[in-house]
Amino acid sequence: MVTEFTPISALLGGALIGFAAAAMMLLTGRIAGISGIAARLLPPADRERFPEGLAFIIGLVAAPLLWTAATGWPVSQTVSANLPLMIGAGLLVGFGSVYGSGCTSGHGVCGLARLSPRSLVAVAAFMGTAALTVFLMRHVIGS
Amino acid sequence: MRIAVHAIIGLIFGLGLVVSGMVDPAKVQNFLDIFGIWDPSLAFVMAGAVLVAFAGYRLAWRNATPMLDDQFHLPKSTAIDRRLILGAAVFGTGWGLGGYCPGPALTAMGLLAPGTIAFVPAMLIGMWLARMTANATQSAAIGSKP
Repeated sequence: MVTEFTPISALLGGALIGFAAAAMMLLTGRIAGISGIAARLLPPADRERFPEGLAFIIGLVAAPLLWTAATGWPVSQTVSANLPLMIGAGLLVGFGSVYGSGCTSGHGVCGLARLSPRSLVAVAAFMGTAALTVFLMRHVIGS
Repeated sequence: MRIAVHAIIGLIFGLGLVVSGMVDPAKVQNFLDIFGIWDPSLAFVMAGAVLVAFAGYRLAWRNATPMLDDQFHLPKSTAIDRRLILGAAVFGTGWGLGGYCPGPALTAMGLLAPGTIAFVPAMLIGMWLARMTANATQSAAIGSKP
Protein backbone atom coordinates (compact mmCIF):
# COMPACT_ATOMS: atom_id res chain seq x y z
CA MET A 1 0.00 0.00 0.00
CA VAL A 2 1.37 3.42 -0.97
CA THR A 3 1.89 5.86 1.90
CA GLU A 4 2.11 9.62 1.56
CA PHE A 5 5.51 11.33 1.90
CA THR A 6 5.15 13.46 5.06
CA PRO A 7 8.44 15.32 5.67
CA ILE A 8 7.05 17.96 8.07
CA SER A 9 5.26 15.62 10.49
CA ALA A 10 8.22 13.23 10.21
CA LEU A 11 10.65 15.97 11.26
CA LEU A 12 8.35 17.19 14.06
CA GLY A 13 7.76 13.67 15.38
CA GLY A 14 11.48 12.94 15.10
CA ALA A 15 12.26 16.10 17.09
CA LEU A 16 9.88 14.91 19.85
CA ILE A 17 11.71 11.56 19.95
CA GLY A 18 15.07 13.36 20.13
CA PHE A 19 13.72 15.64 22.86
CA ALA A 20 12.59 12.62 24.90
CA ALA A 21 16.04 11.02 24.49
CA ALA A 22 17.75 14.26 25.55
CA ALA A 23 15.43 14.63 28.58
CA MET A 24 16.29 11.08 29.62
CA MET A 25 20.02 11.94 29.53
CA LEU A 26 19.60 15.27 31.33
CA LEU A 27 17.43 13.81 34.10
CA THR A 28 18.56 10.20 34.58
CA GLY A 29 21.91 10.10 32.75
CA ARG A 30 20.82 7.13 30.66
CA ILE A 31 20.21 6.15 27.03
CA ALA A 32 16.53 5.94 26.01
CA GLY A 33 16.85 2.49 24.45
CA ILE A 34 13.47 0.82 24.26
CA SER A 35 14.66 -2.77 23.69
CA GLY A 36 16.82 -2.46 26.81
CA ILE A 37 14.03 -0.92 28.91
CA ALA A 38 11.57 -3.64 27.82
CA ALA A 39 14.09 -6.49 28.27
CA ARG A 40 14.90 -5.41 31.83
CA LEU A 41 11.21 -5.87 32.75
CA LEU A 42 11.45 -9.57 31.91
CA PRO A 43 12.63 -12.17 34.43
CA PRO A 44 15.13 -12.04 36.02
CA ALA A 45 13.99 -8.40 36.34
CA ASP A 46 16.13 -5.60 37.70
CA ARG A 47 14.00 -4.93 40.82
CA GLU A 48 15.31 -1.46 41.49
CA ARG A 49 14.61 -0.18 37.96
CA PHE A 50 11.43 -2.19 37.32
CA PRO A 51 8.90 0.52 38.37
CA GLU A 52 10.48 3.26 36.25
CA GLY A 53 10.85 0.96 33.24
CA LEU A 54 7.21 -0.03 33.49
CA ALA A 55 6.23 3.66 33.84
CA PHE A 56 8.10 4.45 30.60
CA ILE A 57 6.27 1.67 28.73
CA ILE A 58 2.91 2.85 30.13
CA GLY A 59 3.76 6.33 28.83
CA LEU A 60 4.40 4.86 25.36
CA VAL A 61 1.14 2.89 25.34
CA ALA A 62 -0.83 5.93 26.53
CA ALA A 63 0.54 8.16 23.75
CA PRO A 64 -1.72 7.19 20.79
CA LEU A 65 -4.79 6.97 23.03
CA LEU A 66 -4.20 10.43 24.54
CA TRP A 67 -3.35 11.79 21.07
CA THR A 68 -6.73 10.67 19.72
CA ALA A 69 -8.55 11.85 22.85
CA ALA A 70 -6.93 15.31 22.60
CA THR A 71 -7.07 15.92 18.84
CA GLY A 72 -9.93 13.70 17.72
CA TRP A 73 -7.63 12.34 14.99
CA PRO A 74 -7.36 8.57 14.71
CA VAL A 75 -3.88 7.02 14.51
CA SER A 76 -3.78 5.37 11.10
CA GLN A 77 -1.99 2.05 10.79
CA THR A 78 -1.79 -0.81 8.34
CA VAL A 79 -0.57 -3.89 10.21
CA SER A 80 -0.20 -7.25 8.47
CA ALA A 81 -2.95 -9.66 9.50
CA ASN A 82 -0.70 -12.62 8.70
CA LEU A 83 -0.32 -13.68 12.33
CA PRO A 84 2.34 -16.42 11.87
CA LEU A 85 4.43 -13.85 9.96
CA MET A 86 3.98 -11.27 12.73
CA ILE A 87 4.90 -13.82 15.41
CA GLY A 88 8.06 -14.75 13.49
CA ALA A 89 8.88 -11.06 12.96
CA GLY A 90 8.35 -10.38 16.68
CA LEU A 91 10.68 -13.20 17.72
CA LEU A 92 13.42 -11.93 15.37
CA VAL A 93 13.00 -8.28 16.46
CA GLY A 94 13.03 -9.18 20.16
CA PHE A 95 15.96 -11.60 19.94
CA GLY A 96 18.08 -9.51 17.58
CA SER A 97 17.61 -6.16 19.31
CA VAL A 98 18.58 -7.51 22.73
CA TYR A 99 21.36 -9.78 21.44
CA GLY A 100 22.83 -6.83 19.49
CA SER A 101 22.35 -4.49 22.50
CA GLY A 102 19.99 -2.02 20.84
CA CYS A 103 17.27 -1.19 18.37
CA THR A 104 16.21 1.86 16.35
CA SER A 105 16.12 3.99 19.52
CA GLY A 106 19.22 2.81 21.41
CA HIS A 107 21.58 2.44 18.41
CA GLY A 108 19.64 4.51 15.88
CA VAL A 109 18.78 7.68 17.80
CA CYS A 110 20.88 7.65 20.98
CA GLY A 111 23.96 5.89 19.58
CA LEU A 112 24.21 8.08 16.48
CA ALA A 113 23.66 11.20 18.63
CA ARG A 114 26.64 10.06 20.76
CA LEU A 115 28.63 9.48 17.55
CA SER A 116 29.24 5.87 18.60
CA PRO A 117 31.03 3.86 15.85
CA ARG A 118 29.53 0.67 17.33
CA SER A 119 26.01 2.04 16.86
CA LEU A 120 26.78 3.24 13.32
CA VAL A 121 27.78 -0.32 12.40
CA ALA A 122 24.63 -1.71 14.04
CA VAL A 123 22.40 0.80 12.19
CA ALA A 124 24.04 -0.07 8.86
CA ALA A 125 23.53 -3.79 9.59
CA PHE A 126 19.86 -3.57 10.57
CA MET A 127 18.94 -1.07 7.85
CA GLY A 128 20.70 -3.33 5.35
CA THR A 129 18.95 -6.57 6.32
CA ALA A 130 15.59 -4.77 6.73
CA ALA A 131 15.76 -3.28 3.21
CA LEU A 132 16.93 -6.64 1.82
CA THR A 133 14.03 -8.43 3.55
CA VAL A 134 11.44 -6.01 2.11
CA PHE A 135 13.06 -6.31 -1.32
CA LEU A 136 12.87 -10.12 -1.22
CA MET A 137 9.30 -10.08 0.15
CA ARG A 138 7.91 -7.59 -2.34
CA HIS A 139 9.97 -7.99 -5.49
CA VAL A 140 11.29 -11.56 -5.44
CA ILE A 141 8.68 -13.64 -3.61
CA GLY A 142 6.06 -11.01 -4.52
CA SER A 143 3.76 -11.06 -1.50
CA MET B 1 9.68 11.46 41.07
CA ARG B 2 11.79 9.09 38.94
CA ILE B 3 8.68 7.07 38.10
CA ALA B 4 6.69 10.16 37.00
CA VAL B 5 9.67 11.40 34.94
CA HIS B 6 9.90 8.06 33.13
CA ALA B 7 6.16 8.03 32.40
CA ILE B 8 6.30 11.56 30.95
CA ILE B 9 9.41 10.83 28.84
CA GLY B 10 7.72 7.63 27.60
CA LEU B 11 4.63 9.64 26.69
CA ILE B 12 6.66 12.24 24.75
CA PHE B 13 8.61 9.46 22.99
CA GLY B 14 5.32 7.74 22.09
CA LEU B 15 3.79 10.97 20.79
CA GLY B 16 6.88 11.38 18.61
CA LEU B 17 6.33 7.89 17.20
CA VAL B 18 2.63 8.72 16.55
CA VAL B 19 3.21 12.17 14.97
CA SER B 20 6.10 10.93 12.82
CA GLY B 21 4.08 8.00 11.45
CA MET B 22 6.52 5.38 12.76
CA VAL B 23 3.66 3.52 14.46
CA ASP B 24 2.44 2.60 10.97
CA PRO B 25 4.29 -0.55 9.79
CA ALA B 26 3.26 0.16 6.19
CA LYS B 27 5.09 3.50 6.29
CA VAL B 28 8.20 1.87 7.74
CA GLN B 29 8.19 -0.91 5.13
CA ASN B 30 7.71 1.65 2.35
CA PHE B 31 10.79 3.50 3.62
CA LEU B 32 12.69 0.22 3.35
CA ASP B 33 11.27 -0.44 -0.14
CA ILE B 34 13.79 1.72 -1.97
CA PHE B 35 13.21 0.01 -5.34
CA GLY B 36 9.41 0.00 -4.98
CA ILE B 37 6.87 2.43 -3.53
CA TRP B 38 9.53 4.36 -1.60
CA ASP B 39 8.38 6.75 1.14
CA PRO B 40 11.45 8.67 2.40
CA SER B 41 9.62 10.05 5.49
CA LEU B 42 11.52 7.85 7.95
CA ALA B 43 14.81 9.50 6.98
CA PHE B 44 13.31 12.79 8.21
CA VAL B 45 12.24 11.14 11.48
CA MET B 46 15.79 9.88 12.03
CA ALA B 47 17.32 13.23 11.07
CA GLY B 48 15.02 15.19 13.42
CA ALA B 49 15.56 12.78 16.29
CA VAL B 50 19.35 12.52 15.95
CA LEU B 51 19.88 16.30 15.55
CA VAL B 52 17.77 17.17 18.61
CA ALA B 53 19.31 14.38 20.71
CA PHE B 54 22.83 15.36 19.56
CA ALA B 55 22.32 18.96 20.74
CA GLY B 56 20.39 17.92 23.87
CA TYR B 57 23.07 15.43 24.94
CA ARG B 58 25.77 18.06 24.71
CA LEU B 59 23.71 20.44 26.85
CA ALA B 60 23.06 17.65 29.38
CA TRP B 61 26.77 16.73 29.54
CA ARG B 62 27.67 20.30 30.54
CA ASN B 63 26.35 19.36 33.98
CA ALA B 64 28.61 17.32 36.25
CA THR B 65 25.79 14.86 36.93
CA PRO B 66 22.27 14.19 35.66
CA MET B 67 19.53 15.88 37.69
CA LEU B 68 18.15 12.70 39.28
CA ASP B 69 21.27 10.56 39.58
CA ASP B 70 24.82 10.96 40.85
CA GLN B 71 26.47 9.92 37.57
CA PHE B 72 25.92 9.41 33.84
CA HIS B 73 25.47 5.78 32.77
CA LEU B 74 26.73 5.61 29.18
CA PRO B 75 27.22 2.28 27.40
CA LYS B 76 30.83 1.18 28.03
CA SER B 77 31.23 -1.33 25.23
CA THR B 78 32.97 -0.14 22.08
CA ALA B 79 33.49 -3.62 20.61
CA ILE B 80 32.34 -4.11 17.03
CA ASP B 81 31.99 -7.87 17.30
CA ARG B 82 30.06 -10.81 15.90
CA ARG B 83 27.37 -10.45 18.54
CA LEU B 84 26.63 -6.81 17.63
CA ILE B 85 26.43 -7.47 13.89
CA LEU B 86 24.55 -10.77 14.16
CA GLY B 87 22.03 -9.23 16.59
CA ALA B 88 21.49 -6.16 14.41
CA ALA B 89 21.14 -8.31 11.26
CA VAL B 90 18.51 -10.55 12.90
CA PHE B 91 16.67 -7.50 14.26
CA GLY B 92 16.64 -5.89 10.80
CA THR B 93 15.21 -9.03 9.21
CA GLY B 94 12.28 -9.02 11.66
CA TRP B 95 11.86 -5.26 11.24
CA GLY B 96 11.52 -5.69 7.49
CA LEU B 97 9.10 -8.62 7.82
CA GLY B 98 6.73 -6.96 10.28
CA GLY B 99 7.42 -3.24 9.88
CA TYR B 100 7.72 -2.91 13.66
CA CYS B 101 10.71 -2.15 15.82
CA PRO B 102 10.27 -2.39 19.62
CA GLY B 103 9.15 1.21 20.36
CA PRO B 104 6.34 1.48 17.79
CA ALA B 105 5.15 -2.08 18.53
CA LEU B 106 4.75 -1.32 22.25
CA THR B 107 3.25 2.10 21.54
CA ALA B 108 0.65 0.58 19.19
CA MET B 109 -0.54 -2.07 21.68
CA GLY B 110 -3.60 -0.02 22.69
CA LEU B 111 -4.68 0.33 19.05
CA LEU B 112 -5.39 -3.42 19.21
CA ALA B 113 -4.53 -4.47 15.65
CA PRO B 114 -4.41 -8.31 15.60
CA GLY B 115 -0.93 -8.22 14.03
CA THR B 116 0.34 -6.08 16.93
CA ILE B 117 -1.22 -8.37 19.53
CA ALA B 118 0.59 -11.29 17.86
CA PHE B 119 3.88 -9.40 17.48
CA VAL B 120 4.42 -7.98 20.97
CA PRO B 121 4.34 -11.20 23.07
CA ALA B 122 6.58 -12.91 20.47
CA MET B 123 8.98 -9.94 20.70
CA LEU B 124 9.09 -10.21 24.50
CA ILE B 125 9.83 -13.95 24.25
CA GLY B 126 12.61 -13.18 21.76
CA MET B 127 14.07 -10.59 24.14
CA TRP B 128 13.97 -13.06 27.02
CA LEU B 129 15.68 -15.74 24.89
CA ALA B 130 18.42 -13.27 23.93
CA ARG B 131 19.04 -12.41 27.57
CA MET B 132 19.26 -16.10 28.45
CA THR B 133 21.60 -16.78 25.50
CA ALA B 134 23.81 -13.80 26.34
CA ASN B 135 24.00 -14.79 30.01
CA ALA B 136 24.82 -18.39 29.10
CA THR B 137 27.57 -17.25 26.69
CA GLN B 138 29.04 -14.96 29.35
CA SER B 139 29.00 -17.62 32.08
CA ALA B 140 30.56 -20.12 29.68
CA ALA B 141 33.31 -17.61 28.85
CA ILE B 142 33.94 -16.92 32.55
CA GLY B 143 33.81 -20.65 33.34
CA SER B 144 36.33 -21.52 30.62
CA LYS B 145 39.01 -19.21 32.05
CA PRO B 146 41.83 -21.20 33.67
